[in-house]
Amino acid sequence: MAKSLLLICRQSPWAGTAAREALDIALAGGAFELPIALLFMDDGVFQLPVGQQATALEQKDLSANLQALPLFGVDDLYVCQASLARRGLTDATLSLPVTPLHGAELPALLARFDLVMTL
Amino acid sequence: MKFAIALFSPPHAPASRRALRFAEAVLASGHEIVRLFFYRDGVYNASCAMVAPQDELDMAAQWRAFVAEHRLDSVVCIAAALRRGVLNAEEARRYEREAISTGAPWELSGLGQLHEAAQLADRLVCFGGD
Repeated sequence: MAKSLLLICRQSPWAGTAAREALDIALAGGAFELPIALLFMDDGVFQLPVGQQATALEQKDLSANLQALPLFGVDDLYVCQASLARRGLTDATLSLPVTPLHGAELPALLARFDLVMTL
Repeated sequence: MKFAIALFSPPHAPASRRALRFAEAVLASGHEIVRLFFYRDGVYNASCAMVAPQDELDMAAQWRAFVAEHRLDSVVCIAAALRRGVLNAEEARRYEREAISTGAPWELSGLGQLHEAAQLADRLVCFGGD
């Protein structure tokens, strides 16, 4: 059986290529039908709110890549609730159906996976 | 034990030196490295165009020597490499660039190689950040 991978995305969408390159790992794994989950944490939660205006920064919108996740079979998605709260995003509308995790649920999530990768 | 090692940081980041020393220790302890995978700014470790000051460690050269000596399977993510100007002869020709900045012993390939290595190895160890 394939090993499961949890990918922890900690970078904001507009801080260089980190967020995009983390998503590329998830999409590539999804294409190979590997069991992959994503946890958005720290500044990584900035990837999730809807209504981002990438063109104002002359950037390509990351939303398309995010929306591609379920199409690639990557639909095991989590967000760190404390990271959202710290950034005033608790009530924000998010572009993906992510499961919010609190406190001790985070280490429990990490323990469920064979592999953990942080970007 | 079989190790897959991924590096996300450039040669001038301490993470690059730590990753190489770890890889050396893995082999010295009698373990196996199934693949080295270079991603994000880690692709710069495969560049032959970087010039380290004389009194500083030349990590790109050290990686090159290590990979060549042990004939390791060493893959550089092609998308990350193109974005950062790390091109082998084939890619330089394809994109009509004058400079060739990588070559043997490195192989340019896709992210599937990272997943495959992680699946084949008993341990995936990633080095990133500073």
